[in-house]
Amino acid sequence: MPASETPAKLKKLSRQQYVDLYYYMRLNREVEDTMTRLFRQNKIVGGLYASLGQEAISVGTAYALEKRDWMAPMIRNIGALLVKGVPPRDIFTQHMAKYTSPTKGKDGTSHFGDLDNLHIISPISMLGDLIPVMTGVAMAGRYLGQKIVAMTWIGDGGSSTGVFHEGLNLAASQKAALVLILENNLWAYSTPVRRQVPLENLADRAKAYGISSYIVDGNDVVAVYTTAKEAVERARAGEGPILIEAKTFRRRGHAQHDPAEYVPKEQRTHWEKRDPIALYEEFLTAEKLLDAKGKKEIGDKIHELLEKDREFAENSPMPPPETADQGVYCAGPECHNLQPKWERPVDELLPPKSCVDPVWMVEGFGRGVSSSSSTAAPIHFGDVPPAAVSPEKDAAPIKVTKKPVPPPAKKPAPKKSAKRGGR
Amino acid sequence: MAPITFLEAIRQAMFEEMAADPRVVLIGEDVGVYGGAFKTSEGLLEKFGWERVIDTPISESAIIGAACGMSYLGLRPIAEMQFIDFIACCFNQLTNFVAKSHYLWNAPAPMVVRGPSGGGVHGGPFHSLNPEMYFLHTPGFKIVYPSTPYDAKGLLKSSIRDNNPVLFFEHKFLYRRIKEEIPTEDYTVPLGKAIVRREGKHLTILSYAAMMHTSLEAAAALAKEGIEAEVIDLRTLLPLDEETILNSVEKTNKCLVVHEHTKTGGIAGEISAILFEKAFHDLDGPLVRVASLDTPVPYAPTLEEAFLPNAQKVFVAAKDLAKF
Repeated sequence: MPASETPAKLKKLSRQQYVDLYYYMRLNREVEDTMTRLFRQNKIVGGLYASLGQEAISVGTAYALEKRDWMAPMIRNIGALLVKGVPPRDIFTQHMAKYTSPTKGKDGTSHFGDLDNLHIISPISMLGDLIPVMTGVAMAGRYLGQKIVAMTWIGDGGSSTGVFHEGLNLAASQKAALVLILENNLWAYSTPVRRQVPLENLADRAKAYGISSYIVDGNDVVAVYTTAKEAVERARAGEGPILIEAKTFRRRGHAQHDPAEYVPKEQRTHWEKRDPIALYEEFLTAEKLLDAKGKKEIGDKIHELLEKDREFAENSPMPPPETADQGVYCAGPECHNLQPKWERPVDELLPPKSCVDPVWMVEGFGRGVSSSSSTAAPIHFGDVPPAAVSPEKDAAPIKVTKKPVPPPAKKPAPKKSAKRGGR
Repeated sequence: MAPITFLEAIRQAMFEEMAADPRVVLIGEDVGVYGGAFKTSEGLLEKFGWERVIDTPISESAIIGAACGMSYLGLRPIAEMQFIDFIACCFNQLTNFVAKSHYLWNAPAPMVVRGPSGGGVHGGPFHSLNPEMYFLHTPGFKIVYPSTPYDAKGLLKSSIRDNNPVLFFEHKFLYRRIKEEIPTEDYTVPLGKAIVRREGKHLTILSYAAMMHTSLEAAAALAKEGIEAEVIDLRTLLPLDEETILNSVEKTNKCLVVHEHTKTGGIAGEISAILFEKAFHDLDGPLVRVASLDTPVPYAPTLEEAFLPNAQKVFVAAKDLAKF
């Protein structure tokens, strides 16, 4: 398998971080186990999509985000929701279409969000649509002066959509602080990745956008986390969007109804031996980070929380029918008083001062120069290195900046990373 | 004050809203350096800088997606379709993502999608479309289609200030052909309100955008024959101002709908159903439709003229209806 052999593990995390990663992976799995039982009891209204074996990706990537950052999960990113602070009861009530759910029964599964507190944007079933949306989130964040990063996920299947290309290309051209996690779980419903994409590594697609990419073992939570953390900080620093391909395997069918008999037995066996939670438990034990007592405490804590939340969900009512025709439109300020959180002086965006240098004017922008170490040379505008582009010449056709655009800072030496993909 | 064109009214609305509110940004293809394919955003980049006037790749889905994402952080983006025909390229992003956002997860998406629409300028099958009916069938949008510079400016301002996604259609035939004096001070025209453009008692003609002017022309010809048509400009198709329509039909007892989009599945069918449901006893005759042919918009001037409604077609249809 081409994924890195997890040198990331050598990087030290704090004991609390190691334990957190374990807690959220266990929570992720047990939330889904609980829902599987509810599904078999006919208490889940619609479909149930499992992330069994992919927990390290949801948890490790989302754990790299800060509270102010934004995420838009996909259907199998229950773990990411939990890490960002969504209580399990919201996930149960959503799947059970209860009135107490975040969408009050209007939608199911992980299709819900929270604009005000948790900064989560709801996915829709059409794959890839979140990529331009999260690009817009990153652009707006930069405009507002917030130093945020936007993260979203896509599968090997979803990476073939047109909007994947449109979104990632816009993000790259805008140098938006977007981190895109490509979960390559080898199967798009019943179609193996080999029949979808003629590439060994889907991370290779990053080259086409002039952006950086990583390949990581998606079943190694520490590798996933450290890779995501590095990507998030690079995106936050203005390096533009970053693509992370996480190699993994979808151990259940597309959804509960699908026995996935099309999956070769050897493949399944191979990956079942690489269960991310079991692997991580071995690591934690070997490194003496968590003993049997600690594990049991975590298990008990999760069990207690899930019992309480499951009970809450089961005892919650269905939405009253009269709410069906409510909420198509926002009724105005009394419904939502929409005010952005400015973290820069607003008057610099209004005339007569609205022509200041853009704060998002980052190195390489508009010159066809990528932050990616693989494409450090100009890629569109001839062989002119960035430093040779004069500020006057660069600003002239735009006629916006009264002050000349400062010459680009000297490019830092590209960081070498053993994990960086596609090379 | 000198009268201004429809196009200038659009530009002024964007300019003034951007000057007053830093939440308003413009995103689209060639809206910045070039000032828009029709120059509706000319001068905006110079005034507001390229953080607020954003040139994008040719990626309509990405434009709509990014605008929606911006709206979630409290901005009020205006997304331009270079020609409204290209809105088909982002149909999914609009109908599945943007339109359902508030209903499904209580997330308002205050954004305006605007662009030049309509035929009569020999733009051919891909630069002449009136695609509003695709979206009328999608709960969650407001749909605006003005016919005068005054309304264009006032309605665009209302659209930008609205908390919902608004599809704002600008008939390109009107861009430079009609002028109107408008107030110098800030004003808005409310969404969801039709207006009576000409009072009459014999029949009601409902229309909007370029067909509004066609209808007025026909009404003038009808008046010479002693038929007084009441002409109503719908202005907003969603939400539709049923009250103004019903009040007029109660008075005239006859209704003719003129629209430029193709006949089958057109707004006239919807209005017809509303009248059957709510004004059946007021009607003295059938609801009559004057609409474009059920074909793509053809390119040759002779074909396009045959395709589009015109004052003569409205006049003939109205005269027949008046006989009931």
